[in-house]
Amino acid sequence: MTIVRPYGDTTGDGMVQLSFTLPIPHDKRAEGAAVQLANRMGMDPALLVHAKAMGDGFTFFVVYGRVSHLVDTDKVQVVERDFPLLSAKEVNAVIKRRLRRRLNVVGACIGTDAHTVGIDAILNVKGVAGEKGLEYYRELSVTNMGAQVSVPELVEEARARKADAVLVSQVVTQRDAHLQNTRAMTAAFREAMPAGKRPLLIVGGPRFDELMAGELGVDRIFGRGTTPREVASYLVHALVGPSNHPAAAPERTEGQS
Amino acid sequence: MDKLGLDPHVVRRARALAARAGQPVVDLARSHTTVSVERAVLRLAGVSGADSDGIPWVNRLVDAVRADVPLGRGVALPVFHALATHGVEDVTVLAQKAAAGAVTFAVPESKAEVAAARRAARRATDAGLKLVDRRRAERDRLIKRYGDPQQRPWIYLIVATGDIYEDIPQAQAAARAGADVIAVIRSTGQSLLDYVPEGATREGFAGTYATQENFRLMRAALDETSKELGRYVRLTNYASGLCMPEIAALAGMERLDMMLNDSMYGILFRDINPIRTFVDQRFSRQVHARAGIIINTGEDNYLTTADAVEAAHTVTVSQLLNEFFAHEAGLADWQLGLGHAFEINPELPESFRLELAHALLARELFPDAPLKWMPPTKHMTGDVFRGNLLDGFFNLVGALTGQGILLVGMMTEAVVTPWLSDRDIALQNVRYVLNGAGNLHEDFVPAPGGFIQSRAHAVLGEAIELLERIVDDTMLTAIADGTFGIMKRPADRGKGLDGVARHEDGYYNPVTEALES
Repeated sequence: MTIVRPYGDTTGDGMVQLSFTLPIPHDKRAEGAAVQLANRMGMDPALLVHAKAMGDGFTFFVVYGRVSHLVDTDKVQVVERDFPLLSAKEVNAVIKRRLRRRLNVVGACIGTDAHTVGIDAILNVKGVAGEKGLEYYRELSVTNMGAQVSVPELVEEARARKADAVLVSQVVTQRDAHLQNTRAMTAAFREAMPAGKRPLLIVGGPRFDELMAGELGVDRIFGRGTTPREVASYLVHALVGPSNHPAAAPERTEGQS
Repeated sequence: MDKLGLDPHVVRRARALAARAGQPVVDLARSHTTVSVERAVLRLAGVSGADSDGIPWVNRLVDAVRADVPLGRGVALPVFHALATHGVEDVTVLAQKAAAGAVTFAVPESKAEVAAARRAARRATDAGLKLVDRRRAERDRLIKRYGDPQQRPWIYLIVATGDIYEDIPQAQAAARAGADVIAVIRSTGQSLLDYVPEGATREGFAGTYATQENFRLMRAALDETSKELGRYVRLTNYASGLCMPEIAALAGMERLDMMLNDSMYGILFRDINPIRTFVDQRFSRQVHARAGIIINTGEDNYLTTADAVEAAHTVTVSQLLNEFFAHEAGLADWQLGLGHAFEINPELPESFRLELAHALLARELFPDAPLKWMPPTKHMTGDVFRGNLLDGFFNLVGALTGQGILLVGMMTEAVVTPWLSDRDIALQNVRYVLNGAGNLHEDFVPAPGGFIQSRAHAVLGEAIELLERIVDDTMLTAIADGTFGIMKRPADRGKGLDGVARHEDGYYNPVTEALES
């Protein structure tokens, strides 16, 4: 059977729960408004089970009700990233097992860009959004060169550290500085090291188009909202080979409007 | 008290070891200065504002002095000597002239000139410290007028929109809903800025920049709300990162009430140079002591990177070190919001009893400190229903062990920045527990020799072992070797190192002189 509906306590009852806040004081009209919203979201009947005033002009509601929508599991679209998302433990385990040494990462903000927010979010232990940065991964050896690093310095450091991967963050985009800096960086690495000896080149920043990797000569571009775990997973995927770990389920999104 | 039957000799030994481990770091801090310490001196001496690029005049002035005089001499004498020789009255005007290249700095040579420059510097910074004193007296007055929260722990809530003008109504709403302490989270990465941004700010990354003007705006708004509620609402920010001393000075001048200020957070989690951190930290704590500010330390962070059971003793060690450094800097016990957190994996058998044991250990080791109790974050999964239950148990431990400051846990931790309704549900959770079990600590006495007592003794024992190792290795080596957390942080690496200098002959710092007299 591919057609399903939500399950409360009886097959086919279509029951769901919903909570939300409306920016209006709590009274009869507010409760009516909450039921109307639930109705418009497809809940019919909608049973308002809880309403509570919060501060001056807000009310919180909990609604239980039946939805008439059906879901066809055959028509669910799954968007897969082209590498599995691993936990820190899995990343460490794969590197240890396959590479048998620590994986060397060198990161920097190049050019005049002094915004280390991005590179620090990815590299510092502190991390971002509750995820620890790459420094936290035991099997990654991380060198964070900080801001305003020149391209020759970066190439030199990458060579000295035997970098497996170079991470460059670019936040400032005035006069396309991020694109020019990235091109200068990839050209320098191509000049300094033969193919096959070059580290994996990765850039990140809020204004990059993730599809421009080829054009800029980098192996991968990460855009806004990238987390350290995604970068670590990608490093493992690209440098150590695919993991066969079953827990690495891709993220799923339904075909929603 | 005395629910764990801790041996007073063992507790004394732990403190003595912390003092021995910490003393070399204090000596290091006393014999060095940093650009941020010097900038804090100038801020207290009255330098304010920023140039048209937003670079604060204190930064421009310290940079200009450094071009002529080694940092190890301190900036106070060269600056106040230059004021006299250039016939300039105002230090900010001097900074502007210096930035334009119109001033050459030198350390005065004759005894009379040195004495005059010292006098002038001391007079200027004393005026800044007098302002800090006035703010402190003002706080005492307002607390007398409006009163402290009726219950312990104080309820601590976070706002963080990035826009100070959005933060203000949110903070006021949170206070009306029951928050006793409001913390305005800083923009991501502010700890790594080597300057303090200026003015009211409306854009931040996952937080709002700490600026003097933002401090002032929020304090004024919470004063209004305190009056309305008949309860003094406290304001918290962060004295951490590269500008710790300056932020501490600004907090004192704008009557902030609590500041996050940990001895090792910046080193371990932000890769800030260890010496820079310890020098900045000592100065900032001296300023906090003067300003009557309660510090909050960051031990909760260890538990988010390491296992909360295996690493429990590192929290105790860090609390003991934080206490030693704080006392040395002049902070009293009532100002020590030593941190710890409810971060044990809830799947672990007896996890709640372990949490109770750890929290009670902190309570009994530091009976007069208002401990800061931090909610679960690491094991919050997005299952908001389970999260709410976990927060309830966290609140219960807080009530059972007499915690001083309770950071309210959000069931949507790791999902979204808290919604209005998340905060309301979280406060309802706290109120239920405090109302229903707030005095349960009177009846709660762990069985002698039972699970909780044994666990607390074991953790204290491990803490002592670790302290012994730190004493043997020295603290800087321990940090370099990755003893805390898993990070190796050598003393000759890390951010901000170029802003550190050993005191040279004739180093003079009028603020340190005043604070240590």
